[in-house]
Amino acid sequence: MKRNKNNNNTGFFVPEPAARPGEKPDFSRIDISSPGAVPMYKIDCAAKQTHEFADGLIRVLGFDGVAGGDWDPKLDASELLEMLRLISLTRTYDERMFKLQRQGKMSFYMKSLGEEAVAVAAAKALDDEDMVFPSYRQQGILFSRGRDMVDMMCHCISNSRDNLKGRQLPVHYSWAEGNFFSISGNLCTQFPQAVGWAMASAAKGETAIAASWIGDGTTAEGDFHAALTLASVYRAPVILNVVNNQWAISTYAGIAGGDQASFASRGIGYGLPTLRVDGNDALAVYAATKWAAKRARSGHGATLIETVTYRGESHSTSDDPGKYRPKDEVKSWPLGDPLERLKDHLIGLGTWDDKRHEKMLTEQAELVRLAYKEAESFGTLREGPLSPTASIFDDVYVEQPWHIRRQRQDLGV
Amino acid sequence: MARMTMIKAINSALDNLMQRDETVCSFGEDAGYFGGVFGCTEGLQAKHGLNRVFDAPINEAAIIAMAIGMASNGLRPVAEIQFSDYIFPGFDQIVSELSRIRYRTAGSFTTPVTIRTPCGGGIYGGQTHSMSPEAFFTHIPGIRVVMPSNPYDAKGMLIASVECDDPVIFFEPKRLYNGPFDGDPHKPALAWSSHEKGEVPTDHYTVSIDKAEIVRAGSELTILAYGTMVHVAQESVRVAGVDAEVIDLRTLLPYDMQTIAKSVNKTGRCVVLHEAPRTSGFGAELIAQIQEDCFYALEAPVVRVTGWDTPYPHAHEWAYFPGQERVIRAIKQVLEG
Repeated sequence: MKRNKNNNNTGFFVPEPAARPGEKPDFSRIDISSPGAVPMYKIDCAAKQTHEFADGLIRVLGFDGVAGGDWDPKLDASELLEMLRLISLTRTYDERMFKLQRQGKMSFYMKSLGEEAVAVAAAKALDDEDMVFPSYRQQGILFSRGRDMVDMMCHCISNSRDNLKGRQLPVHYSWAEGNFFSISGNLCTQFPQAVGWAMASAAKGETAIAASWIGDGTTAEGDFHAALTLASVYRAPVILNVVNNQWAISTYAGIAGGDQASFASRGIGYGLPTLRVDGNDALAVYAATKWAAKRARSGHGATLIETVTYRGESHSTSDDPGKYRPKDEVKSWPLGDPLERLKDHLIGLGTWDDKRHEKMLTEQAELVRLAYKEAESFGTLREGPLSPTASIFDDVYVEQPWHIRRQRQDLGV
Repeated sequence: MARMTMIKAINSALDNLMQRDETVCSFGEDAGYFGGVFGCTEGLQAKHGLNRVFDAPINEAAIIAMAIGMASNGLRPVAEIQFSDYIFPGFDQIVSELSRIRYRTAGSFTTPVTIRTPCGGGIYGGQTHSMSPEAFFTHIPGIRVVMPSNPYDAKGMLIASVECDDPVIFFEPKRLYNGPFDGDPHKPALAWSSHEKGEVPTDHYTVSIDKAEIVRAGSELTILAYGTMVHVAQESVRVAGVDAEVIDLRTLLPYDMQTIAKSVNKTGRCVVLHEAPRTSGFGAELIAQIQEDCFYALEAPVVRVTGWDTPYPHAHEWAYFPGQERVIRAIKQVLEG
């Protein structure tokens, strides 16, 4: 753990992760409390009451696959199966898209491997009218809300059916009809925007709330402080999620201050209730989100949730994680895999088995394969058709002003 | 109609807007209960309620992001940034977010936000209360940048800005808040009550945020100005005794090139004024476009009179401010050139 071999004795300190390539993965810093260790709070409790467990971990699924503790949402088998299906579908989709990027079909891709439950379970705990302000690793929300997979792929390959007219990098989805706010790519900007959206909802007397997601590294941004300040001051009906997947590209969470205190505990100074959750436990993520949503909807304001998980793949198709972290670090990750854990739980309940699971995987792989085939029929990034070239000059303003019109004419379109 | 200062005109615009449209709200540092450090939102909280006019934390990124979120959820927020010198913590939210959300979502999300912010010098504000940062903003596709030069335009343009579906940065030349200023600090301060543009309707009206205004017609040369410099230009022309056409640009992005080109093609000579520093200032854009569109009509090189390429000094404010003497020198240079 105490590497820091390059730090001298001048007093200037640069933290380093527990293990770099070639070293033995070490997750001894992750304290794992057992399901039931963190009590359920009353929906209108004082924020302070949650702070005692800001370094704890809300868990429902034990490693034996049995659900337990106060936070067990007691979902019925069909709801559990639905989450399993969505987590698996997200993973299957990611897997295929990543490979297609490697084959040159896309400029860029980002998987959510290992942290799919964070998005899927949260989406299932929210209402469809709630506006989400995601980061780029919550594609699970889109599947949970039933977005057409072909449309998602058309966006990623920027073809003629891309709903964003080829203006955004792949994965930076936007889906107004599904109350899914445009993913920026600039980090944390959506966090305080989500608070503003939630304030407007409250101002209009509406019941919809907002939820936003950022990563552990992004908590270092000034907009994080902006969001927590606004959320606390105006008691906004918003859920602010920090997905602590341990890595920000090659930078470990300690560079964002994660070694000194949990990201959940950042909420203490703002007087926000804070929940720290096992992010690979779909039931715990569901329960925590449900609690925060109910609290927000009943006028008790915002909640900060840290979901503790592990980024199972590279940051994107542009980096090689073997260059900055132990190659098989994921195998040592103590909170396991969200898909396997939910599957074990369902098998334990007697509603699922390996055979059906394999069948589901095969069917989903086929679904994804066919969807991509269909998506390609609307064009590809390299061969087109794309959105009309002249459309690059649209939507800058409500109406095209003279100078942009002139530039369009310069391009000859 | 009533006699109004620019402060009262802005206040009246916000009052009319809030009266007509329940989605309009206004917030900023000290802009709630107290009514703003310049008083532009005075009395609005008492009249329209705490939920529509309120104090914001000292975090410009938070203020602008909050406005973006609100606008994406159907409100028409008017965010006040106390001094334009303080806008930079919120710059990312303007450059990367506010200006691009319509574009990056192909029109499926829109953020009609108006950001009001006082700018410019002439009040002994030193380097943190005197900036004219408009050129940073005219370089951002997707936002409109406007700056009125009198109470009548301020009210009409603010209403037009808030009602516009594009995001707008609304610069308020603070030296003009209480009266016109011709650039001579030794003269007694003038009040808007004696100026025709201090006569302002109490009801709702708009002034176009697409059109420049020819504030003085003339034939010998064209002077392009905005904000405080409009008044400096007019007085300089009077003192110099030349027949200049003075154009108040009013809108900097997108600027009214039609009016500019028509005038420069007619006069063949042009002086461009702004308080902001010279290098890469907005004048550079105007002159580049003028030489593209009016080159064969030009009789002399176009000249700029601007603030210096230094931070805005405190004690030497009047050596920095592009006053009448420098404007008159430029007029002569262009006429002789």
